[in-house]
Amino acid sequence: MRDILKKQPPIFWAAVIFLLLVLAMALAPGLFTSYDPIAQDMKSLLQKPSSAHWFGTDNLGRDIFARVVYGARLDLAIGFFAMLVPAVFGTVVGLTAGYYGKSIDAVIMRILDIFTAFPLMVLVIAIVAILGSGIRNLFIAIWLVGWREYAKLVRSEVLVAKSSEYISAARTLGYSNARIMFRHILPNVVNSAFIYAISDIMLCMLMGASLSFLGLGVPTPTPEWGAIISEGKSFLTTSWWIAAFPGLMLALTGISISLVGEGISKRLQKNG
Amino acid sequence: MEELTYIVKRILQMIPVLLIITFIIFFGMRLIPGDPALLLVGNRASDEVIAATRARLGLDEPLFTQYLLFLKQCLTFDFGESMTLRAPVTELFAQKAVITVSLTLMTIVFAILISFPLGYAAGVKHDSKIGSFIDSLSLTFVSVPEFLVGLVIMLIFALRLKWFPVGGWGDTLGERLHALILPAFTGALGTAALVLRNIRGNVIQVLDKDYVDFAYSKGLSPWKIRTRYIFKNVLISTVTLLAMRMTYMLAGSIVIESVFALPGIGQMMLNAILARDYSIVQATVYLFSIIVLLMNLLTDIAYSLLDPRVKLN
Repeated sequence: MRDILKKQPPIFWAAVIFLLLVLAMALAPGLFTSYDPIAQDMKSLLQKPSSAHWFGTDNLGRDIFARVVYGARLDLAIGFFAMLVPAVFGTVVGLTAGYYGKSIDAVIMRILDIFTAFPLMVLVIAIVAILGSGIRNLFIAIWLVGWREYAKLVRSEVLVAKSSEYISAARTLGYSNARIMFRHILPNVVNSAFIYAISDIMLCMLMGASLSFLGLGVPTPTPEWGAIISEGKSFLTTSWWIAAFPGLMLALTGISISLVGEGISKRLQKNG
Repeated sequence: MEELTYIVKRILQMIPVLLIITFIIFFGMRLIPGDPALLLVGNRASDEVIAATRARLGLDEPLFTQYLLFLKQCLTFDFGESMTLRAPVTELFAQKAVITVSLTLMTIVFAILISFPLGYAAGVKHDSKIGSFIDSLSLTFVSVPEFLVGLVIMLIFALRLKWFPVGGWGDTLGERLHALILPAFTGALGTAALVLRNIRGNVIQVLDKDYVDFAYSKGLSPWKIRTRYIFKNVLISTVTLLAMRMTYMLAGSIVIESVFALPGIGQMMLNAILARDYSIVQATVYLFSIIVLLMNLLTDIAYSLLDPRVKLN
């Protein structure tokens, strides 16, 4: 772990610091703003950024800075938890398919084929349509499709690792399949899944924001960056600040996650 | 001959996959709460009208009969009439497909024009300032959502500079091409960023190969080395990636079409889902799945044509 952080460029640390700041916003939004993100104030509609409202207000007089700060919680949560479940499930599926091979592998691969044939966005939107929009259903939709990549990635690595000598050694020693799979193969194949998982956090976050932008994700008036941008879309020329600030946060968070992911992956690949 | 057997085999393998897909689509759609007949005629319609509408839509048949009818539609590509738009679904799909396919093609052309030269430059000059600049640019566009990029582009080029329409689709060919430029450019930036990173990585790898050193010492012209040795090797994985992105774009056009108000397949799909128009959603997801499966097959074939080491089997 310490190796990963050694000799990273300044931009890596800038990204880490920014992400920690966003994380702090998500955990304790009250420390950053005293405004209520959903309280409407009819006396201060569409106000420009000022000392009272740092990021201005929207057409309902809500404080954009407060909405952006509170929005961090949902966007980070969507990114992280939408990644976590499929990452674990997909890794186990890939491990099983690759390790046992033969008919188990064939069945799993056919199921994967079916899931791959559905275009991702259409599938997610169709699932959200079936279950109705909302945060819980957004998770279910991404969980149902997100495991494909992990399964494929881990399976192909397992196929390589399986033929290594340490695996035949473990077999000769009479270790159980589960022990060989999880104690011997998994640590050797988990790197690529881990690297993918970091960028997957970003991809899931963007997917959640995109769905909310389309009106299929987070319901109003819940603060979420994609949803706020969507609300600000009709005010682009007159009140640019409504969409601009959540947009900037979304972009910077996405870029920061990518930078951290790239930094870590370079280090892991060098070591491996 | 061997190739032909392989292609036939792959197409035959698609049949069970498609069958399961039809099953999932059909019963998935039926899980959506809300009665389409009720949505169509409104809550205040009399029971007779509702019953008549249900009969007209075939919703009074047993579920299994409805599924068989859907299977028949899938085989003949005749999906009947749209429940909400009162027009044949196949015709609607064809109309909207013109927009989405043109958008995708223009996006791919833009993406190639952006990513090939930049990716190559970033690979050749990967330890210089230009290389790392192109690198950070591509990282940015990979990490920012399309709808955000689209809004910024729209703000600059349509709202402020007024060079392009804010959205919509024109009546003449010129207007239509003009209307497609901004959405295509938006999509191209994300795709180009991915392709560029891939080209860059490949170029760096190939430059390290002994046969490139050998070609130089043999006295081949740099141009020949670039086209014959480097470019050809880079092309293989790039074609795969572009094909993958193309299927993604055909299906993922929902977001860009929504930002630029383009009445393509994505928009039709979104509206159909919201209006519970089973016929359109079923047909669209089914046709998309076929497109994806065929694209996967085409990619594998292209792979073996470009790389003699890859055998089709």
